[in-house]
Amino acid sequence: MNKLNKISGAEAVIRCLIEEDVNLIYGYPGGAIMPIYDELYKFQDELNHVLTRHEQGATHAAQGYARVSGKVGVVTATSGPGATNLVTGIADAQIDSTPMVCITGQVASHLLGSDAFQETDIIGISTPVTKWNCQITKAVDIPKIIAKAFYIAKSGRPGPVLIDITKDAQFEMMNFKYKKCKSIRSYKPTPDYSLKDINNAVSLINSAKKPLIVWGQGVILGNAENEFKEFIEKTGIPAAWTILGLSALPTEHPLNVGMVGMHGNYGPNVLTNQCDLLIAIGMRFDDRVTGNLDTYAKQAKIIHLEIDPAEVNKNVDVDIAVLGNVKKTLPLLTKNATKNSHKDWLSKFQSYYKVEYEKVIKDDIHPTKHGLTMGEVVREINEASNGNAIIVTDVGQHQMVACRYASFKQSKSNVTSGGLGTMGFALPAALGAKMGAPKREVVAIIGDGGYQMTIQELGTIFQTGSAVKIVVLNNEYLGMVRQWQQMFFEKRYASTEMINPDFVAIAKGYYIDAKKVEKRQELKSSIKKMLNSNKPYFLEVKVEKEANVFPMIPSGASVSDVRLE
Amino acid sequence: MSKNINTYTISIYTENNIGLLNRISAIFLKRHINIESLTTSPSEIDNIFRFVIVVSISEQNIKRIIKQIEKQIEVIAAFFHTDKETIYLETALYKVKSKSLFDEKHIQKIIKESQANIVTVSPNYFVIEKTGWRNETEKLYHSLEPYGLLQFVRSGRISVSKEPMNISNILGLNTDK
Repeated sequence: MNKLNKISGAEAVIRCLIEEDVNLIYGYPGGAIMPIYDELYKFQDELNHVLTRHEQGATHAAQGYARVSGKVGVVTATSGPGATNLVTGIADAQIDSTPMVCITGQVASHLLGSDAFQETDIIGISTPVTKWNCQITKAVDIPKIIAKAFYIAKSGRPGPVLIDITKDAQFEMMNFKYKKCKSIRSYKPTPDYSLKDINNAVSLINSAKKPLIVWGQGVILGNAENEFKEFIEKTGIPAAWTILGLSALPTEHPLNVGMVGMHGNYGPNVLTNQCDLLIAIGMRFDDRVTGNLDTYAKQAKIIHLEIDPAEVNKNVDVDIAVLGNVKKTLPLLTKNATKNSHKDWLSKFQSYYKVEYEKVIKDDIHPTKHGLTMGEVVREINEASNGNAIIVTDVGQHQMVACRYASFKQSKSNVTSGGLGTMGFALPAALGAKMGAPKREVVAIIGDGGYQMTIQELGTIFQTGSAVKIVVLNNEYLGMVRQWQQMFFEKRYASTEMINPDFVAIAKGYYIDAKKVEKRQELKSSIKKMLNSNKPYFLEVKVEKEANVFPMIPSGASVSDVRLE
Repeated sequence: MSKNINTYTISIYTENNIGLLNRISAIFLKRHINIESLTTSPSEIDNIFRFVIVVSISEQNIKRIIKQIEKQIEVIAAFFHTDKETIYLETALYKVKSKSLFDEKHIQKIIKESQANIVTVSPNYFVIEKTGWRNETEKLYHSLEPYGLLQFVRSGRISVSKEPMNISNILGLNTDK
């Protein structure tokens, strides 16, 4: 082989990324990954590297990017602390099925196991939270492993992959040849469905009198929004969503009956225990969705459409499992299902909605009392954005309120940390979302607690000039924990009150336009002003300090015991 | 729902990968399930490895665990069997002072009756090997214990299933040799 054709392992990494159509990386440099950063410098016209202010921010930004674009998010970090700082974002991506490839530098292979400077066993650490991970110690292995990494991250049920590359492998010279990975013999990304299961499911659907659909992110990850809509419109079945399924069906769709779960809507929660058929589509019966499993939909037959066989019968025993990508399986159900409408049954959801509206929603979104509510802020954002914004939320009360009241017209518009519940997710994820969908309005709604966990990413937003709109709903409490303390710990507010800094001054310190709203009269115009800006904008809204999120299924209670107050 | 605990032998066919043992044991760790024994070895197919793991859990749990194991990228297939569905054995080694072999007539009788083999004899010690079921190796342990065991070790279970596992079919290999 001609020695002149050889390239370094580090350059091979960059070329692999370009072959995989990557044009954006989030990351942070350091000793063990410097050869790769040196190549990034040379390839900066083809590959944009965004320097976050912390490696965790890089992972969440990559997640936000992946969730709105459907592409794989890519992260680079150095060894040791750089790598361990990725762990929270990787765990978040794993539980929320977000495709992500993380590349970490590692100490030179002759130092492995010697407790060298910035050496950490990131393969061992990341094993339980990755779909796959692999260490590379020879440059020649780089193309094959990276090709595999992208294939695994995005195929089947997506997830995070971590590739750890020793520094000597980055320097080593090699002959570069890239071939995309199309299959792995020990890995079957999408399981086969059986026609028998399809036919059995169809007959259950056709004979059901009170069917209920609960859909999750599988509809979005499968790009099956249209197939899903055709299915529900033909069968006329009311459909409720999990938090990660949100936005797959427009909010205003007549068959959209709201959210299930701990802070979901009254109707779908209560009626879960009255339906005669529950059709779960691309969701995994998380405990926040089901409440007490012993009393969950016991009266109903259950059909589960699912791509991951390990999710079938994991929490809830089902009658029929239709394996596979819902994009393929839903049309098979639609084809043989009889055209139907379930008017009386649907009207039950509407009656429960009326009760919920009177007892909860009205005061949340059209409050008459003095203090500003989180709900009215979300309503104003809906109105000002016409329901066209991507809403990125953090974790806690504001997240539940935003997901309950945000209105959506198109899919891939709700970005939140669902399964892991990672405070600090929203600010970097919003940056990623804006870069993944630059033409869309991106509004981050964040609590004052979570905001301060990754507040340093204001620096990244400022440096990239990404026009992210940041709304902090400030109640000077870790609100969700405080709510639990009030309800279940006799108001012993242990370490939940926050004495906060001047958030506006901090945003301005990063040269970001900023405003604080304390009065209702200023809210509408301030939100308008924020959305009219074509630059990043920060809006702090002082909301009521001790408001609670309802409805609520107390933990351990049944879905039908959902409380309105 | 019945939560009857059974002993299951799990057989896992895998690609060779450094991190896979970690990945598989993490599945048990996360669910607080004790691994009673674990062995790894090459399988009947070139470059394919086989794990044999013994656990005592409910049928519902074993089914869930198998799916979690199969979900791992480098796992080709995983199976579970009850004791009735497999042929299984363990091997035990017993190191005893040579003096007892010559002084105690009983020892020779014990070895003969238990169908154990003497693997090696040296001036100071001798080593007995016994392959069989757990109760057989345990019985021999108790029989030899009074004479002073210098060392005792027992392997994890190895097992073959009565029914075929058809790994070659899964891999699309032609095994009709």
